[in-house]
Amino acid sequence: MTALVLIEVENGRVRQASRSAIAAASHFGDVDVLLLGEAPAEAASRLSGIRRALHAPSLKHALAEQAAALLAGLAGSYSHILSAASSTGKNILPRLAGLLDVQPISDVVAIKDESTFVRPIYAGNALATVQSSDSVKIMTIRSSSFDPVSEDGNEAAIETLETPADDGKSRFVKLEQSQSDRPELEVARVVISGGKGLKDASNFHTLLEPVADRLGAAIGASRAAVDSGFAPNEMQVGQTGKVVAPELYIATGLSGAIQHLAGMKDSRVIVAINIDPEAPIFKVADYGMVGDLFEILPALAKAL
Amino acid sequence: MTQPQSDNTAIEREEMAFDVVIVGGGPAGLTAAIRLKQKNPDLSVCLLEKGSEVGAHIVSGAVLEPTTLAELFPDWKERGAPLDTPVSSEKLLFLTEKAALPVPALHLLMPQMDNRGNYVISLGAFCRWLGEQAEALGVEIYPGFAGADLFIEDGRVCGVITGDMGVNRKGEEKPDYMPGMILRASQTILAEGARGSLSKKAMNTFDLRKGADPQTFGLGIKEVWEIPAEKHRPGFVQHSFGWPLDTHTYGGAFLYHFGKNLVSYGFITALDYRNPWLSPFEEMQRTKQHPAFREHFEGGRRIIYGARAISEGGVQSLPHPVFPGGVLTGDCAGFLNMPKIKGIHTSMKSGIIAAEAVMEAIQTEQAEASSYMERLKSSWLWKELHAARNIRPAFSHWGMLGGALYSGIDSMIFRGQAPWTLRHRHADNETLIPAEKAPRISYPKADGKLTFNRAESVFLSNLSHDEDQPVHLKVQDMATWKNTNLARFAAPESRYCPAGVYETSETDELVINAQNCVHCKSCDIKDPDQNINWCTPEGSSGPNYPSGM
Amino acid sequence: MKVLVPVKRVVDYNIKPRVAADGSGVETQGVKMSMNPFDEIALEEALRLREKGQADEVVAVTIGPQVAQDVLRTAMAMGADRAILIQTDAEVEPRAVSSLLKAVVEKEQPGLVSMGKQAIDDDMNATGQMLAARLGWPQGTFASRVEIADGRVEVAREVDGGTETVSLSLPAVITADLRLNEPRYASLPNIMKARKKPLETIEAGSLGVDLTPHLKIVSVAEPPERKAGIIVETVEELVQKLKTEAKVI
Repeated sequence: MTALVLIEVENGRVRQASRSAIAAASHFGDVDVLLLGEAPAEAASRLSGIRRALHAPSLKHALAEQAAALLAGLAGSYSHILSAASSTGKNILPRLAGLLDVQPISDVVAIKDESTFVRPIYAGNALATVQSSDSVKIMTIRSSSFDPVSEDGNEAAIETLETPADDGKSRFVKLEQSQSDRPELEVARVVISGGKGLKDASNFHTLLEPVADRLGAAIGASRAAVDSGFAPNEMQVGQTGKVVAPELYIATGLSGAIQHLAGMKDSRVIVAINIDPEAPIFKVADYGMVGDLFEILPALAKAL
Repeated sequence: MTQPQSDNTAIEREEMAFDVVIVGGGPAGLTAAIRLKQKNPDLSVCLLEKGSEVGAHIVSGAVLEPTTLAELFPDWKERGAPLDTPVSSEKLLFLTEKAALPVPALHLLMPQMDNRGNYVISLGAFCRWLGEQAEALGVEIYPGFAGADLFIEDGRVCGVITGDMGVNRKGEEKPDYMPGMILRASQTILAEGARGSLSKKAMNTFDLRKGADPQTFGLGIKEVWEIPAEKHRPGFVQHSFGWPLDTHTYGGAFLYHFGKNLVSYGFITALDYRNPWLSPFEEMQRTKQHPAFREHFEGGRRIIYGARAISEGGVQSLPHPVFPGGVLTGDCAGFLNMPKIKGIHTSMKSGIIAAEAVMEAIQTEQAEASSYMERLKSSWLWKELHAARNIRPAFSHWGMLGGALYSGIDSMIFRGQAPWTLRHRHADNETLIPAEKAPRISYPKADGKLTFNRAESVFLSNLSHDEDQPVHLKVQDMATWKNTNLARFAAPESRYCPAGVYETSETDELVINAQNCVHCKSCDIKDPDQNINWCTPEGSSGPNYPSGM
Repeated sequence: MKVLVPVKRVVDYNIKPRVAADGSGVETQGVKMSMNPFDEIALEEALRLREKGQADEVVAVTIGPQVAQDVLRTAMAMGADRAILIQTDAEVEPRAVSSLLKAVVEKEQPGLVSMGKQAIDDDMNATGQMLAARLGWPQGTFASRVEIADGRVEVAREVDGGTETVSLSLPAVITADLRLNEPRYASLPNIMKARKKPLETIEAGSLGVDLTPHLKIVSVAEPPERKAGIIVETVEELVQKLKTEAKVI
């Protein structure tokens, strides 16, 4: 068995989510990676544990139409084709599956064996164990479930690929990075949320922002905080707000009503800071700290 | 309020005309709809249901006495009615804190409690089935649309106005604003359940409660559990009274095994309770810890939670059920038989009778379905309610033990034919005593396994509620709330509301979490100065109970 | 131009899903079902194109048992002109669904397929891409803005960290993301009128598509409950643990 992982490079470095996908792929034997676009392939070739780095420099914008066509041409040599469950991976891999008449497997969180996988359904309210009968398994990987491979520790061979001709049906127009320095809630790697314990809207800025800046975190809020006017509606995390699953979720001054937990319980690591040791949020937190957040948050910003 | 007209006639609305419009897709409304189409398939019948689907707002025990169903559909078994669990054994327990004393020879001592021949059902599933039967007969059912107002012309109800959609919290129109529609009808059948908002308006507008005792209500709070198959005893029925309620408070628990490893558990607290510290929700939770109940939940998981008020007053409290252009049926009139703890067969019967009376009014072009009252009085329904009439008030008069004793005498000696009628003297909003004079009640903390808090519970009601809509729990005067509710009764709404809608802030303001509302109507009933008015929120708001409820 | 809008009937998003005690799946019996919310958005976009004069007909299609008609009635109440039910009692996965939809596209010849980016039950996020692949059409997935001009459609796509805009020749497949629009209500008068709009039923078996699943559901379980972790005393200890133990910062 050999696996191929479609990887993404950002600012010259292979994204952590892609490196998690490689870690998942290593369950299936040798791993080749495929890099699309102009980024130098050296970053890919250094990735720990890979056999070969394939590079298609002419596919500048990783448009799904061409990328899937390229992958379809390579598929015959692989038992598994993977990517991160990123917007790029989710755009390209199902299209590849369509070309190959394969049922893709999205958001894999655990690998049982070469054809049996676990994936969340119903927004993470249930976990399905599924078994694929396709000869090529096409899947996207939830990065929080697999420890990423190291960025350095290899000098794999680089192979440059010819790419299929562009029929012009799909054209790249532009890419606009998010204006805010702060990532958006749903995609942020780190989220820090505040509740009613922050007492007013200005504390949301003065206490949460310094910590968020240090961590590159998005800022969220409990419903009680939104209802009290401390934060706008779009910041609400919870059953009726946004559902997030970051690597790190820091809950401050919020009790952890079940409606809030429903919106963040899939986070990989949860930190709770609250003055009330009985607050339900501590029941789900990996790390809890009981105390006054007006002292703890400034100290945390300093310590980071 | 007594000016017979609709509140908002200025807006331009689309109209549609039907022979009969029915408000409410519970057993009364659906039965009435079915009966109308059975008798006259040419009638156009439209039924509105404020829940997102038929059954979405249905909460009941439930043990069904299949009498009326057999009148409606003699072939109900062939039609696949979801009556899957016959009652197999039955217990009535008097509880003390540690012990449970079964009432012996139940069918002699309390014949009304005899459930042989009855079925444990999910009323939600039953109503979904009734809905399918109604649609097959050509009834047009529109779930997700609330009857927001009566449409009144020239002193006569000429249909209903559905709720506006797309209005924001401030009352301004959003881009997707859609005004409600006028559904014109020759006759309008109100079947909204206890304390229906249009029924309330009809009673006020047409003075229908003149001469009737005040209605008295109970708040039923219910959970459905799924338990291990080896512990499941299909058809087992258990009721309790006594602990944990004080002797002035009428109520008790029910527990039924039914369906596929399901257990219905619930607790009814009469809303004429006196102690403002009492919390029906916590009474319900702590009763589960009693040995007579606890064992039934072990190894199980709670899957649904809900609450609903019921009418307990009986015949003394029935309003005149007819007004120009329409009738009241089911529990919004108050046809429930409290001593029997049953209201489904009576609701359905009132639906059948209402349908027949309404049909006659349409044929004879009368504004009032005046034969409804006579038809009721000559039916078994009236006899049944009349025989049961003294038992519920006896508990208000003489407390729990006196009431139980009276109930035995009434049933055994007078067989319901006592030559007197006990009255309901107070409306439920008049019975609270000041908080400082009432003993505080300390309730145990929820353990998260057997007992739960409100937030965890409401989570299992599958609530939907667009938060950007006007608050549908309208407090007329906040000063009244401060002076009465907060100062005298220590904010009782924060305890009787089973959904955590009402909170008092640190600065002593009333916080209304309208999005938590499960539409039980208790606040509309129990608020001391009748300062809280429950209005219909946007259609499809509220709980989405699945069909095990 | 005709717009085809595939819609899926799913457990309503307000219902908290419950895993069946025997682990066979999520309980769908007796729970409220409705149109997949992303499909509502896709339908709304199609209706807006028609209202702008860029489309002349909107056709909704679903695949499922007889009762799945109810989402088609909803689609027509929202404004779809007509609807098609591809009837089957089988569980169909995106692979089969995209094949069935391809057959519908070949029959209906729409200029655009507008569909939700994923269904909220299986969360697969695959059908649109697979359909585009099978048709050889370009795809604009996770759309937050759609504009049609000069025989092409420009789609702003929600991608990690920003918005990517692509220009696609027509015909094309677009999949709707949450922020594309705010779908309208199905009003009561329109629900009444929708009862009279045409609904065609096609037997799935007549389309010559292999419906056998390639992905078998072995079991479904509740996610493990989170357990309480440890209480730290100082900020330094917290930062230390996050760095060395949890390795998240």
